[in-house]
Amino acid sequence: MELLLQKFSEVSFLSGIPSALLFVFAATLIAVSLFMFVAVNAIVAVYAERKISAFMQDRLGPMGQGVGLHAGKWGLLQTVADAIKLLIKEDIIPSLADRKLFILAPFILFIGAFIVFVGIPFNQHILVADFNIGVFYIIAMSSIGVIGIILAGYGSNNKWALYGAMRSAAQIISYEIPLALSLLTVIMLVGSLKMQDIIIAQHGLIWGILPNWFIFNNPFTFIAFFIFFISGVAEVNRTPFDLPEAESELVAGFHTEYSGMRWAFFFLAEYANMFIVAAMSAILFLGGWQSPIPGYMDSPAWGLFWFMGKAIFLIFVMMWFRWTFPRLRTDQLMQMCWKYFLPISFINILGVGLWDLWLN
Amino acid sequence: MGADIIFWMVVALTVGSAFLVVLSQNLIYSAMALLFTFMGVAGLYVFMMADFIAATQIVIYVGGILVLIIFGIMLTQRIRDVRISHTSMQRGIGGVVVALIFLGLIRMIRTSPWHLESSPEIEGTVAGIGKLLMVEYLLPFEVTSVLLLAALMGAAMLSRRGD
Repeated sequence: MELLLQKFSEVSFLSGIPSALLFVFAATLIAVSLFMFVAVNAIVAVYAERKISAFMQDRLGPMGQGVGLHAGKWGLLQTVADAIKLLIKEDIIPSLADRKLFILAPFILFIGAFIVFVGIPFNQHILVADFNIGVFYIIAMSSIGVIGIILAGYGSNNKWALYGAMRSAAQIISYEIPLALSLLTVIMLVGSLKMQDIIIAQHGLIWGILPNWFIFNNPFTFIAFFIFFISGVAEVNRTPFDLPEAESELVAGFHTEYSGMRWAFFFLAEYANMFIVAAMSAILFLGGWQSPIPGYMDSPAWGLFWFMGKAIFLIFVMMWFRWTFPRLRTDQLMQMCWKYFLPISFINILGVGLWDLWLN
Repeated sequence: MGADIIFWMVVALTVGSAFLVVLSQNLIYSAMALLFTFMGVAGLYVFMMADFIAATQIVIYVGGILVLIIFGIMLTQRIRDVRISHTSMQRGIGGVVVALIFLGLIRMIRTSPWHLESSPEIEGTVAGIGKLLMVEYLLPFEVTSVLLLAALMGAAMLSRRGD
């Protein structure tokens, strides 16, 4: 953001414009480009998800059909066509739904996911704002989305939607705790909440050969990475934690009554949240934009490549989960969180503290 | 200049949605408006350079307390039938009490010595808060945690009474 404003001030024909207006212009530019990123991310991820699921189940997935190839070669344009279809679909609001809440809910969910992107560093320079409280900001903003889910369930005036929303809220609140606790292990080692500080602290080698990423730093952060990632998958309500939208019991859960563009916002938010979980795991435990071979290929362009590579790999792992594991029961879900993840997270924090004291 | 406009927008959001919380006939709309009030208050904290408190405000109040409030509303049977009346009941006495409190608050705001800084420096507040909690205010911090633990155990005991 500051970099962009500074670049603006260097351009001669913009010098006559007041700084407040320039600020608004820069903010709009950033917001639009982030929105483009979120939209493209969703379109590519939906296509990848359909193809990956198809290959895992020995199918072909979306293909260009017939002579006209109207969905492109290998069905590459399938999700683009789907997006256009969603845009021109009729906007249906059930007559017995709570109209205001029904309309408001997808926006709250989407905004909760969207503003998190402000704090995510894509490489050494592409970062909208490096907050002093970086990681905490992201945790705080991603807790807004759950309100949107609850309102969607309540506003739909549909029992499946309400069940889905209740399950989702219970799940998200529960898994937020091990998520935040395993994140603390990294913050204890870095001593800062700034995103760039966390990434820079992972520079260099450890044990002689491995990159000094926090996943390799000590046994406790190694465990913390897996707790963080699994809790993150639970936070975005994906299989095996997709009880809120379990299609075999709840039709589609909290977004049962939604269609067209409103439904698309739920999907945009879900894929944006997937990216956030993958990106946060990559930043906190896998070195963010740091190259796996320290000192080589670590220019800003390569930084973007490494960061996106790590994030995309983790998104692939989430899809892999989805098409491999069966859904958990509610009691298993809660047992896993409260009886296993929570105690292990506490031991992790203690362990990291002792490790740090012992080594330093 | 730009910051001023944003400040007054945040103030309008906070106060406006707070009015909605009080005046809405429907409990769930009140809860909804409370979301925007909390966001507005977090924004005001940002203007006071208290970034950590702002994020904490959102985590605790939006992510925790508001979700529990909405949960409570949804679990209550026939909540849509409940009409909250805020229209009647002893307007005269109420008005006098409100006016007195308002005057008292105004007097307090006008007379108390505010610690003003023309340009507070933006720096990390997290380390400072941590040191204060662990050194100067250690006893209140620990007492609060014991209190919360007791509340937690009490809630668990109440919910298990049916067994």
